[in-house]
Amino acid sequence: MAVMISWPLLFSQLFNGLALGALLALTSAGLTIIYGALGVVNFAHGAFFMVGAYAGYLAFAYTDSFVLAMAVGALFAAGVGILLERSLIRFYYARPPEDQILLTFGLAIVLVELVRAVFGSLSRRVAVPAWGAGVVNLGFMIYPRYRLEALSIVALTLSVLGLLLYRTRQGFIVRAGIEDSLMVSMLGINVARIFLLVFALGAMAAGFAGIVDAPIVTVNPDMGQDLLVRAFVVIVIGGVGSFGGAVLGGLIAGEILSLTAMINPAYSDVMLYAAMAAVLILRPQGLMGAEGRR
Amino acid sequence: MSLLEVDRINAYYGDSHILFDVSLRVEARETLALLGRNGAGKSTTLKSIMGVLAPRSGRVLLDGQPIHGLRPFEVARLGVQLVPEDRRIFAGLSVEENLELAALTAPHALDPAQIFTHFPQLGQRRKNRGRDLSGGEQQMLAVARALVRDPKLILLDEPFEGLAPVLVQELVRAIRRLAEQGRTIAIVEQNVTATLSLAQRCYILSNGHVVHEGAARELRKSPEIMGRYLGL
Repeated sequence: MAVMISWPLLFSQLFNGLALGALLALTSAGLTIIYGALGVVNFAHGAFFMVGAYAGYLAFAYTDSFVLAMAVGALFAAGVGILLERSLIRFYYARPPEDQILLTFGLAIVLVELVRAVFGSLSRRVAVPAWGAGVVNLGFMIYPRYRLEALSIVALTLSVLGLLLYRTRQGFIVRAGIEDSLMVSMLGINVARIFLLVFALGAMAAGFAGIVDAPIVTVNPDMGQDLLVRAFVVIVIGGVGSFGGAVLGGLIAGEILSLTAMINPAYSDVMLYAAMAAVLILRPQGLMGAEGRR
Repeated sequence: MSLLEVDRINAYYGDSHILFDVSLRVEARETLALLGRNGAGKSTTLKSIMGVLAPRSGRVLLDGQPIHGLRPFEVARLGVQLVPEDRRIFAGLSVEENLELAALTAPHALDPAQIFTHFPQLGQRRKNRGRDLSGGEQQMLAVARALVRDPKLILLDEPFEGLAPVLVQELVRAIRRLAEQGRTIAIVEQNVTATLSLAQRCYILSNGHVVHEGAARELRKSPEIMGRYLGL
């Protein structure tokens, strides 16, 4: 089989991989920190991505402002996250993982079907905002402007999350809580309050990723579930509970998916799983994960 | 009034009944030993005091106020610190950060410099991460982390476990200095000799029951009791 790969195509796929990777990183960062600090495998995380995309889609349709749409997407997902954490998920922190999975998986189905009931199953197109229209000539290739902007926005958001985690008092507590939340509590810190914050921020990051990604893909009720599976692979590669691992794992996964797609799209996910298997064999705690977490 | 009073508590892990009407008190400024074989319920008693495990019945009073049913962070804010048996040092945080975290919610937190005069070795390693410390240093840090909150009561769960004899002696000296400064300390241990060298009073637990209470000095002279309950 002779595959013709030109330099512009390769560059373009590398950039696509970077954009996809940054998006995966943003979604996975929330997932991995929720798991690390709360011990909950959150199967509803993909649904936060999806509701963020829909909320943003509606806001964009009514206001014509994509900036506002991004804010609405992020805040709506955070709101749904807070509601679910307070009303249901917090009662499952001390329960066995299978109970948590049943709950969050069930919540994901409810959210997906609610959205389907309102909007139908058909994909909705979200137009590229005016400031993202057209292409940019980078010299060595021509690339859609919005994709570059989305990449920058996501990179900036990841940096802000990183600063929150590594430069604030709350972030300090979260990092300690990821290691051992009971010990944090025995040092006089109300971890339940921090847990809610973690959950809300994680959901917000996912919702924000959803609306930023919407003009690149399309919006449909199942968009979150495919992403969720990949996000799980990302955190296994990067190391569960590690923010840096989610970023690194996301970028690796994005490039694997994108570069494999250049040769044969059917093998993209296969290659991703192969990479995950390799990591599990060579470094079971993930690239940046710590051994022996509690 | 005792600083801490545990009054007929019953604790369970799931369906298994672990503590049966356990009562004990800790007087201010004393060092108390809680002895017993493996599985006697010593750690469970400390966890029940700390709010990690809620007793199903009975009362725990701190300065006469009930604290059973409170969550661990609330008990900690009232001035009780548990140094858990597996130390639970934050491996990814430095020595200083471990202390800083502990001090966050303490109203009268001690200055780390004060702590380092107690544990000079920790001072030298202040920038090192928890995971890079030796077992002895981790134990020192676990005690220091409790101390930095300036607690009314320090609960030490098996502090000597897994330490080389020379480190046990060093830790015994550090605990004795704390006691001499007026700290109230309750120690749960299998290392009877080291513990009785520190304590004024002791309780012995067996199968979840308090089976002996008395002065540490007398227990040292009663091979019969030590043999029956501690297998010595």
